[in-house]
Amino acid sequence: MNLPGDAPTNGAETTALPVSAPHAGVALGAPEETPFRRIAGDFAASKLALFGLALFALIVLCALFAPLISPQNPYDLAQLDVLDSRLEPGSRSGDGKLVFWLGTDDQGRDMLSAIFYGLRISIGVGVTATLCALAIGTTLGLAAAFFGGRTDSLIMRVADIQLSFPAILIALILLAVLGQGVDKIVVALVAVQWAYYARTVRGSALVERSKEYMEAARCLALPASRIVFRHLLPNCLPPLIVVATVQVAAAIALEATLSFLGLGLPITEPSLGLLIANGFTYMLSGKYWISFFPGVALLATIVSINLVGDQLRDVLNPRLQR
Amino acid sequence: MLVFIIRRLMQSAVVLFAMSLLVFVGVYAIGNPVDILINPNADQQDIERAIRGLGLDKPLWEQYLVFLRQAALGDLGKSFAFNVPALQLILERMPATLELATAAMLIAVVVGLPLGLWAGLKPDSFAGKSIMAGSILGFSLPTFWVGLMLIMVFSVYLGWLPSNGRGPTTDLFGVPVSFLSWDGIRHLVMPATNLALFNLALVIRLTRAGTREALLQDYVKFARAKGLSDARVIGVHVLKNISIPIVTVTGLQFGTLIAFAIVTETIFAWPGMGKLIIDSINVLDRPVIVAYLLIIVTLFIVINLVVDVLYSVLDPRVRLGDTKA
Repeated sequence: MNLPGDAPTNGAETTALPVSAPHAGVALGAPEETPFRRIAGDFAASKLALFGLALFALIVLCALFAPLISPQNPYDLAQLDVLDSRLEPGSRSGDGKLVFWLGTDDQGRDMLSAIFYGLRISIGVGVTATLCALAIGTTLGLAAAFFGGRTDSLIMRVADIQLSFPAILIALILLAVLGQGVDKIVVALVAVQWAYYARTVRGSALVERSKEYMEAARCLALPASRIVFRHLLPNCLPPLIVVATVQVAAAIALEATLSFLGLGLPITEPSLGLLIANGFTYMLSGKYWISFFPGVALLATIVSINLVGDQLRDVLNPRLQR
Repeated sequence: MLVFIIRRLMQSAVVLFAMSLLVFVGVYAIGNPVDILINPNADQQDIERAIRGLGLDKPLWEQYLVFLRQAALGDLGKSFAFNVPALQLILERMPATLELATAAMLIAVVVGLPLGLWAGLKPDSFAGKSIMAGSILGFSLPTFWVGLMLIMVFSVYLGWLPSNGRGPTTDLFGVPVSFLSWDGIRHLVMPATNLALFNLALVIRLTRAGTREALLQDYVKFARAKGLSDARVIGVHVLKNISIPIVTVTGLQFGTLIAFAIVTETIFAWPGMGKLIIDSINVLDRPVIVAYLLIIVTLFIVINLVVDVLYSVLDPRVRLGDTKA
């Protein structure tokens, strides 16, 4: 049974025209005009956004296939040679086999390889934290909008108060209490981020709740869980996707900052932030590359995600729809 | 207004209470308070006496009440590392942080306002577009990395500015400050600029958006029709009307600056509260951690309250009925 608003792919379309949802898949005009294609087409209209997407895809591929494309395994001590330590970019290793395109760190580790492996950890932590925060925040936000009353004011008050403190402070408090570790930094990032999703989803859910298709769903006496997850949620997705995209970048930046301060990841999980922190000591003696290149990788990741997020915001905004 | 302030104060008390509970549970229940509060070199008898002396043999809720009572009296314990009261230690470092944050705010406003105005008046010019592109970078660049790059360029390669510390301080009404001596200013410039970047981008964007909106308003058209000079139209009429959001946001951002000073102070070895908390976390100086967290939360609550009240004073259209945090 395909109720109005039931198909999740109709998200963006139904925000503007909820009643037309059943037709969306059946095509208005050209047979290929699915919502996904329309969004993809709009997205591709911006060259900058396409560039961002391509850059991000490249970075993710580097992170995914790090063991295959890295010149060396930077954490296999047998492959490191202390004699190669702190070599300038472009120099050769002592045995002449490797070229260190981005130089080496204090243990003779190839920076390029270290960055590929660091990207895995940074992106992994950022994406995991964002997905968890998305799930928790969305559930709480939907609950607030659906139940209203006390539940609503309690959840939103907590979110408001939390949002009045800067993210770095909340994360710092939690990490000071919890200590170091991958799981702990994910907890801290989730605690920082859930409120954004809760607020976003509550806002759009309150708008959607009063629309006809929701009334229809209620008249059919569907169970609350089905109404919330099959009808309400899909129609609240577009703004959530935008917020989630931007928040991945924010999570990666925050994790890097905390790790740089020595509060985030332990030394056994060398994310980009830790690589930069490690190079800080050598920067004063002019060995810039140990900090500089991980920073460029971090910057490229954040900027590419933000470019994609900016364009998604325009494409998925029903008020700007052409 | 009075009702609003009272309600906000009550809400603040609840937040502070919740925070103290979180910090208390985190520090005293998850970690072992004996390890935390008692000198590890003490013998068994001393330890037992200290446990009784600190009230650690009492149930947790009673300990919490004692902790609250002492905190209310300003006793937040003694720092292990420095062996002075934690509160005093933090208050000593506070002027350095406040000076840094104030300098950063000044840079953000003094530089950001003209740039934003320019970008708003000439949005399609090359300069306008460059300013906007720069402001996007200001949002995206991670603060700590920019700090490192500043040190690399200005300290290591050019050798113009010192890379760490606060330099000599001069007493101003009994408070040590850096900005009164040339060497102090040289020490202050780089950390303050680093801390200012994010807010600089923010002020540019706010000013630009405000200017573009204001230029379309009737009062600007009317001022122009009256034959006022451009300088007067923009300097008085436009600037006055866009100042409200800028004041609010910069005010609210002041708290954020103090929080982000943690990062900047660590990079530039600036002897403020932020560096103190990081050092304390690294050596597990728990009383200082607890004291810092409670003080900074209180500071935030006060800043948020002051900004909300100021907002309603500046803009009479704002009604303070709705309670925001």
